[in-house]
Amino acid sequence: MALTDAIVEMEDISIEFPGVKALQHVDFRLFPGEIHTLMGENGAGKSTLIKALTGVYKIDGGSIAVAGEPRMFTGTADAQSAGISTVYQEVNLCDNLTVGENVMLGHEIRGAFGINWRKTNEAAREALVGLGLGHLDPKQPLSSISLALQQLVAISRAMVAKSKVLILDEPTSSLDANEVEGLFGVMRRLRDQGVAILFVSHFLDQVYAISDRMTVLRNGEFVGEYLTADLDRTQLISKMIGKDFGTLAALGSNRGRVAAPDATPFYSATDLGRKGSIDPVDIEVHAGEVVGLAGLLGSGRTELGRLIYGADRPDTGEVRIGGVSAEVHSPIAGLSKKIAFSTENRRDEGIIGDLTVRENLILAVQAERGWARPLSRREQKELCDKYLVELNVRPADPERPIKNLSGGNQQKVLLGRWLATNPELIVLDEPTRGIDIGAKAEIQEAIAALAESGMSVVFISSELEEVVRLSERIVVLKDHRKIGELVNGPDVTAETIVDLIATEGSAA
Amino acid sequence: MSTASTTPARSRDRSLLGTIIHQPYIWAVVALVLLLVINLVKDPGYLGVAVNPTTGNLSGNLIDLLRASAPVMMIAVGMTLVIATRGIDLSVGSVMAVSGAVSMEFMSNAGDGSVGTALAAAGLALAISAGLGAINGVLVSIVGLQPFITTLITMLAGRGLAKVITAGQNTSATNEPFRWIANGTVLGFPVVFVIAGVIVAIVAVFIRRSALGLMIESIGINPKAARMAGIRPIGILISVYVVSGILAGVAGIFSVASVMTVEVSKTGLAAEMDAILAVVIGGTSLAGGKFSLTGSVIGALLIATLDKTIVFLSIPSEATPAFKAAVIVVICLLQSQRVRALFARRRAKAAPTDPGAGSPRPTAPRKESVPA
Amino acid sequence: MSALIERPTSGPSDPSDPSGPAGGPHRTLLSRLSRLKPNLETLPTLAAVVIFIAMIVYGEVAYGRIVQFNTISNLFINNAYLIILAVGLTFVILTGGVDLSVGAVIAISSLVGVMLANAGWNPIVVVVLMILIGSAFGVASGVLVQYFNVQPFIATLAMMFLARGLASMLSTTPERLGDDSPLRSLSTEITVINGTKINDLVVTPNVLIAVLVVAVAAFVLHRTRLGRTVYAIGGSESSALLMGLPVVRTKLTVYVISGTLAGLAAVVYTSKLGIAQNITGVGWELDAIAAVIIGGTLLTGGAGFVLGSVVGVLVLGLMNVLITRDGSIPPEATTIITGGILLVFVLLQRLVVSRKRKT
Repeated sequence: MALTDAIVEMEDISIEFPGVKALQHVDFRLFPGEIHTLMGENGAGKSTLIKALTGVYKIDGGSIAVAGEPRMFTGTADAQSAGISTVYQEVNLCDNLTVGENVMLGHEIRGAFGINWRKTNEAAREALVGLGLGHLDPKQPLSSISLALQQLVAISRAMVAKSKVLILDEPTSSLDANEVEGLFGVMRRLRDQGVAILFVSHFLDQVYAISDRMTVLRNGEFVGEYLTADLDRTQLISKMIGKDFGTLAALGSNRGRVAAPDATPFYSATDLGRKGSIDPVDIEVHAGEVVGLAGLLGSGRTELGRLIYGADRPDTGEVRIGGVSAEVHSPIAGLSKKIAFSTENRRDEGIIGDLTVRENLILAVQAERGWARPLSRREQKELCDKYLVELNVRPADPERPIKNLSGGNQQKVLLGRWLATNPELIVLDEPTRGIDIGAKAEIQEAIAALAESGMSVVFISSELEEVVRLSERIVVLKDHRKIGELVNGPDVTAETIVDLIATEGSAA
Repeated sequence: MSTASTTPARSRDRSLLGTIIHQPYIWAVVALVLLLVINLVKDPGYLGVAVNPTTGNLSGNLIDLLRASAPVMMIAVGMTLVIATRGIDLSVGSVMAVSGAVSMEFMSNAGDGSVGTALAAAGLALAISAGLGAINGVLVSIVGLQPFITTLITMLAGRGLAKVITAGQNTSATNEPFRWIANGTVLGFPVVFVIAGVIVAIVAVFIRRSALGLMIESIGINPKAARMAGIRPIGILISVYVVSGILAGVAGIFSVASVMTVEVSKTGLAAEMDAILAVVIGGTSLAGGKFSLTGSVIGALLIATLDKTIVFLSIPSEATPAFKAAVIVVICLLQSQRVRALFARRRAKAAPTDPGAGSPRPTAPRKESVPA
Repeated sequence: MSALIERPTSGPSDPSDPSGPAGGPHRTLLSRLSRLKPNLETLPTLAAVVIFIAMIVYGEVAYGRIVQFNTISNLFINNAYLIILAVGLTFVILTGGVDLSVGAVIAISSLVGVMLANAGWNPIVVVVLMILIGSAFGVASGVLVQYFNVQPFIATLAMMFLARGLASMLSTTPERLGDDSPLRSLSTEITVINGTKINDLVVTPNVLIAVLVVAVAAFVLHRTRLGRTVYAIGGSESSALLMGLPVVRTKLTVYVISGTLAGLAAVVYTSKLGIAQNITGVGWELDAIAAVIIGGTLLTGGAGFVLGSVVGVLVLGLMNVLITRDGSIPPEATTIITGGILLVFVLLQRLVVSRKRKT
């Protein structure tokens, strides 16, 4: 296909973090004048690949060539000076400065009296006009324009730096449809000027609307490189999600198991929502039931889980617990209502790294009891003995700092933390993410056992297979709203959900 | 003395790993011993403790040292808790001055020299100190100001408050019971040291026997995760600043009681530096998290010894800040990633299987989440 | 744009404007505001200007003799050193850092200066040395902050104690500068307008130095890449890094600027007072920080103006004048009032920042 030579060529890239193979033998090529999408679920290795290219991470294997020459950058700034600019989802500009200043920072035009602001702002305006942003005044503060425009300003900045390669890392996550269209206009214009664009997004519609080619990653591995026209949505989703064979196939399935529909659900919410994170949703969870939240990254699945626990404060909705109206506006409120929440962000919101396994395990129970009624040594030991064995934590040493455990074992300790509070409803957000297959199976078994014992479970996972296997009902989310609810049965498969997401998408 | 205080500390560490983690605090003990040896070289009789045959009181340099370490010990313990929550309390010196000013002014006005007056003076001083601590706590936890600027303001205003209380005078008072706090003895030991020891023990038991210690450390290590686990930070933050205020108040009483005069411009001046120094010497990281009260107590002893040694070696006492600054710079360097990475590399070379030899990928920013 | 260049000269020495310095910064800031559109970030600076004017009006009504040449001259002559310190701190605080060492640096720098001058050293060499002492402490703070990741307030607190301790090793008694020392010529009073009785408009070379420092600082901050990088770092250090700006070099530079200006402030102060002591400058870092914050520079960095800091110094200076005139407020309460004002402004900033986040 390549009459032109690739401007970026990455071959056989491997990166390993302590205990995690983040990228394994990944190939990636980028040509001038194309928009190339990098696809993959959470943890597939998209960001890692970008950081490998820009030199933020050092690669452990493979080679990188830019414009035919082997290169190894030392960081974003270094990559930028070689013509590779990156625009991130959370715009990396200074919102205390003006639009023009942001475009021109480091490239200001100087005269005898220092920076010549007139010329500098003119140059900024030219750059903006080049992207069809003539209506922006370079002198207005960056903070006065929308995030979407800020993103375009960041792209203008890349153009001032004369970039040949533009990396757009999830630029559309917080944009509305019109703003996305504006961004796409700019992207097409740049492509036609010969700029090579690497685009990362998890919105399928957008990917199909804009990209020429795509590379799919899964679990740090290279799945394939495809022309967009050759791959339909359903195929793409199944390539992104993949299928788990081996250990997991042996696991029992909840499919077909229907919880006794008792009169009042343990948890029910109507119009539960929070501005900017999820549109109002109705959801109910019965005792002994596993309700799956399915949807792609950014669909609002995590946000809904957080609202149920009270990690974020809902702005709308009425919650009833055991039929009684309740307010769950903070984590401690959630805990006291016997709700627990295991976060997807284990490192930042889950473990307390320097504390021991024992201290991490008892933390939620202790928080619920208050500081004045400490758990006795004996009670702590009982909890540790119980959950370290039950969840098969290795090493089963309660006095080891939790940061020294592997991801899977940290996850088990966190699961133990929540189970120790004897919750009646547990929200599990990606409990099996980023952990090895053995630990994954153990956690899945534990979840099934919990439901069996009468606990309500809200299960969130990016692996639809897993959701289908474990849940009795599945709430499907997309673009921050609920698009459907499925009662699990023999005829429901991951493909059913994929179809729902794909078709619902094209309608919107 | 030094061995007596290290034994319980060491026995608390269960493993060799624990000892390595507490390295800075082991070094503090070494430094303490070293300073005593220097003094001993200058004067072989330095460590001698004499017993006064009539009163049974102990006397000697070591006893002076214990007496001098008491105020630092108080503020160091409070500072330890504040620093553990990722905060800082720069106002402790000014709170000492306020506490001293309140008690002196009260007794000077009451003028009867009774035990009741002494107790009332101390009580009033501590209540006002607690109030100043509460102001810090509320501004940090509820209003959300940075601890550094909040306590800088109370430091500034506190010094002014002390001066206003005494109308700018260095107020003196006579009250024997109050004076006894600083100059008296219990079983031969200085009262200040005994009180300080009891207070440290109470705080330690209170913190470690309740779940406060665990919660303070959780907030200091990972505030987000602590919140998600259901810990409510506001009450805890206010409490640590109040405790720091009260303990600074105690330190203020200690430091004015010996001369029964508050020097509004000098009492507690630069005490915050001593407290911070004691805390970092004791092995608590300025970044918050795990803390060691024992370490801070040893740090306070080390600072008192350093002060005394400098005077003993006939260096002007005004120069001590320079030595303390040098110590704090060295400790900050030892705590920095850069120097640690250097050491880790050295150690890794010596023993390639060392598990604690830092991140194998120092070029990756620490905050990047590790994708799985 | 041109206001940036004109601004310093329209300050204290403008004889035609009866409202003098009060009108100067006010007008330029207002014109700035109108150019920038109403902006939450300029609100604190505006508040400081309003407070300053209110203080002038109140002082004039309540005590009289505020809006006149000699009061205004003295305000600048007495606070020239603080203006210089505040300018240095403006740089540091704009990056989101802080420098607590400046007061102590003045102590050691002025002590060394006086001792060397009295020992018969060439005054120019002495002045250069005094400034370089400040730079050296700045370098030390900067290296600790930037290369060893020490929190700025801890690093500069250590430098504060180091400087104070070293100064105390040199001398613990006041050192008097010889009456015939050429250094004193920096505080020679030059009458610009000979008013009635003692009501003269007077400047000293020290004041001119301070004005020059303000002018150069405003130029550097607004017209050089260094200055823009300072603002960018304060806005978002990680963004500045990702934009490829020289973050490391710039952060080091701001501490060197702050230290160097502390050295210069020592020269100005010493020449005015003629006495140096190891306890000179205790708490001045707080005055300077207060001035910068009151002048509208965000403590978290990224927003603020050098001229705002000058207004901040004038507010503090005028407050002292009013307290002295009033007589009923004990002078001991000054620091409480300073602390109170500082708190109000920090709270105001907090409000502004949280508003900004919401919108």
